[in-house]
Amino acid sequence: MDQIYTPLVSVRNCRQAYHKDSSADLVVLDDVDLTLHEGEIVALLGRSGSGKSTLLRIVAGLLKPTSGEVNWRGSPLKGPAPGVAMVFQSFALFPWLTVQENVELGLEALGVGREDREERSEEAIDLIGLGGYDGAYPKELSGGMRQRVGLARALVVHPDLLLMDEPFSALDVLTAETLRTDLIDLWMDGKLPVKSILIVTHNIEEAVLMADRILVFASNPGRVAHELKVPFTHPRNRFDPAFRQMVDDIYGIMTRRKAPEIHTTTAAAPNPFSHPLHPVGTNMMAGLLETLNSQPYNGRADLPALSAALQFEVDELLPLGETLSMLGFALLEEGDLQITDTGRHFAEAETEDRKDIFAEALRAHVPLVTEIRNVIDQRSNHRAAAVRFRDQLEDYMSPEYAAETLRTVIAWGRYAEFFEYDEEAQQFSLEEDDEAEHEE
Amino acid sequence: MTNYTPPALAGQRLPNRFDGAAMLLVMALLIALVEVGRTTIGTPIAQIENTPIHLDPSWLPYYALRSTARMFLALFFSLIFTFTYATLAAKSRRAGMVLIPILDILQSVPILGFLTFTTVFFLHLFPGEVMGAELASVFVIFTSQAWNMAFSFYQSLTTLPDDLQEASRSFRLSSWQRFWKLDVPFAMPGLVWNTMLSMSGGWFFVVASEAVTVGNTQFTLPGIGSYVAVALAKEDLPAIFYAILTMLVVILLYDQLLFRPLVAWSTKFRFETTAAVAGPEPWMLKLLRRTALFRSIGEMIGGVFGTIFQLRLSFRQPGQVDETSEPSRIIDGAWFLMITAVALYAAWHIVGYVSSTLHWHDLFTAVLMGVYTAIRVTVLMIIASLVWVPIGVWIGLRPKATRIAQPIAQFLAAFPANLLFPPVVLAIVYFHLAPDIWLTPLMLIGTQWYLLFNVIAGAAAFPGDMKEAVANFHIHGWLWWRKVMIPGILPYFITGALTASGGAWNASIVAEVASWGHHTLIAHGLGAYIAQATAAGDTPRVVLGVVVMSCFVIFFNRILWRPLYAYAVRRTTLG
Repeated sequence: MDQIYTPLVSVRNCRQAYHKDSSADLVVLDDVDLTLHEGEIVALLGRSGSGKSTLLRIVAGLLKPTSGEVNWRGSPLKGPAPGVAMVFQSFALFPWLTVQENVELGLEALGVGREDREERSEEAIDLIGLGGYDGAYPKELSGGMRQRVGLARALVVHPDLLLMDEPFSALDVLTAETLRTDLIDLWMDGKLPVKSILIVTHNIEEAVLMADRILVFASNPGRVAHELKVPFTHPRNRFDPAFRQMVDDIYGIMTRRKAPEIHTTTAAAPNPFSHPLHPVGTNMMAGLLETLNSQPYNGRADLPALSAALQFEVDELLPLGETLSMLGFALLEEGDLQITDTGRHFAEAETEDRKDIFAEALRAHVPLVTEIRNVIDQRSNHRAAAVRFRDQLEDYMSPEYAAETLRTVIAWGRYAEFFEYDEEAQQFSLEEDDEAEHEE
Repeated sequence: MTNYTPPALAGQRLPNRFDGAAMLLVMALLIALVEVGRTTIGTPIAQIENTPIHLDPSWLPYYALRSTARMFLALFFSLIFTFTYATLAAKSRRAGMVLIPILDILQSVPILGFLTFTTVFFLHLFPGEVMGAELASVFVIFTSQAWNMAFSFYQSLTTLPDDLQEASRSFRLSSWQRFWKLDVPFAMPGLVWNTMLSMSGGWFFVVASEAVTVGNTQFTLPGIGSYVAVALAKEDLPAIFYAILTMLVVILLYDQLLFRPLVAWSTKFRFETTAAVAGPEPWMLKLLRRTALFRSIGEMIGGVFGTIFQLRLSFRQPGQVDETSEPSRIIDGAWFLMITAVALYAAWHIVGYVSSTLHWHDLFTAVLMGVYTAIRVTVLMIIASLVWVPIGVWIGLRPKATRIAQPIAQFLAAFPANLLFPPVVLAIVYFHLAPDIWLTPLMLIGTQWYLLFNVIAGAAAFPGDMKEAVANFHIHGWLWWRKVMIPGILPYFITGALTASGGAWNASIVAEVASWGHHTLIAHGLGAYIAQATAAGDTPRVVLGVVVMSCFVIFFNRILWRPLYAYAVRRTTLG
């Protein structure tokens, strides 16, 4: 240790994994390092499932990492530290407490006396622009006002470190922008009673707008793929070419990095159960392909521009783009989305033909669909329980991903008329045309 | 209208093997109570000073007060039980494995069957004192209230929103602070609603538990129930009508002064992000909120509790959650082993007890009687459904009618049906009707209202846009019932039907045997079996009857209502 002063937080070789009996552990975070110094805003940027929120909770002392060390001001973290306060994506306000009571919550836990409490909460409420709302209940407030309460509640304890878990993603675009600029203004004026901010986001522009440093996360397993310093001074201008370039670069980083295999499969044949599918609807895909195929894109679109035009977050656009590229409808490269011939064909086809093209793409690129169809065909009653496929998926991914992948494959298979699904019995079956129904 | 899932319908809980253990434990507990009691059952009754009951109506306000006091005392104990038992079950995984199945069994045990065991037990605890009899009565009321309150609280504790839990941990609330800031407020709407249902059901047991005869032990406590019992014995019809009138007034007061203000107040704790359209504020709540005197009293009480709730008491510091670590298998194993050992011991105890006094044909008789009662309950439910579903739907689709009828139905559900028995019994005696058929409706007099007000709630909650779609497509007649209305109200109907049929089983113990002066009417059934065994002090048969009835109730809940409800919820809701 050759440091002269101790950083606020230092995380070393942090790993978070869930043990599975049947196969290898599910790794959520792999070998992550993070150091936070006083006076900086750091953003953890990544897609959902990249483990950025998990890292935030580890830093908050809410979650114990499987291995690795977490130090808070030089000493190991054993639980929620007194100098850390958190702002939640869902606001996490207590609906039965008034604004003031919500704000005082953290002070009560510290055992601060009543008068002192009132004075400090008043201060925080005024600072964050909530004056006059003291006696209101959260449900009387708009989303933006609620998140202001969340902020005031965190600031009132004068934390050294403010943790923010996607604080603006539940808000509409305009409200989110107002809150962001208000927060940055307070930070620049030195009015925030905090020393450092760690913010989790999946919004690239938000990260470039607010942070001094950005850690870009990659998924499967979650890890830090890139670290960037943001050289701009506040207030930042979104339309500054250098700003745009940085956003573009990050799009490039996030699309270039293909998720590596969780398992190195020995055989050449792809394992139908090893890849999680994004829960992307067929209407969504069709809509994007049509948009891409028409003016002004004419088959090729810059992702940041597309994201702005469609009002899509990266978190929605990237899974969509990746799914299209997996199905061979489009190519995703260097932050651009390029339609393929199949994709163009699909976009221009009629409803029934679209189903055929989609079925063809599924057969070629999604081995899970083929596997399910094979199992149904082999059965004498042409029925197969969904649970066996879910179990096999769970050998390779978390139960949530397995359930999501299964739901997605059901929706796609139904659209392509590959098979039918009985939700009540949780069974796959063949279409009625193929197989006369015996039951009911 | 507020609608909560009754505890018995709430999905899959825990593996079934624990249910078996729980059943054994509950049975052994009942037998243990009897064993303790049996030694005292022969002691002379003269030791208990029975206060004479006056049939003069001027005594009724005093009796009503005594009955109400018992009710609230029981409620107090139920709350304490709820806060401790349910919290333990929710916070400790291992305790929950055992405690929840036990609760599940307990709520299916017919409460009136308990009367024997508990009376004997409490009289033994306080020999020769009125205290024993009072406690026995309070305990019966407690058993009618506590289980569903505890269940409701447990369910709330297991569905606490993650973000609020994380917020309380990250702001480092102590476990005591967290309990009063998060756990209790979050559970409040469900708890208040269940408390109200419990209180409504409780009046029935207040009336039933005040005048009790077990073998040759007999007591009457001053109260409305005793008043009615004495009136029955003396064939005093006007007195019975006075009692009914008093009860109506009591329930009206309780409804207006407590029920409505509390429910309105508890909406503050509803976990929802949008402000709901609030109904008119009940006048009592308005009075409490607007009157300076009441308000300052309220603030004073609130201040005291606020200070207590803020104490930073904690059993342990809120630490990190270690999602990686798995519960120790060794401790789990030891725990299972211990449960198995206790269950086996209970089984051994039960077999020993039963084999010394009962034979196989006793079990056969009890089950046969159970089948009779089951047939009765089934027929009644069908008739009641045919009557109340059309009426309920008609009312529910008309907002104006709903506003008038809904409070009346809830009010009637609270009215102790046993007070209405005497006129019916009198009619049966007078017209020489067959008790096997005509005593049957008594079982459902009190509980049919649950069916009605749930159906009303269901029809009232039917979405407006769907009503418009139905009108637009000209859907009428049988098709309308089959495809639209019945699926639309199904979850509500099942909720009501479960409550009604459960209540009917319980009521069979007082409804299958009825008396008027020296006339005693007996119908064939498990209720009469238990009632007669109780009156004869034949404790082994009481145990057998109670256990068989519990099994019937559990069987119906598991085989019929729970799957039906799950099906209805899955199939009739979007998303």
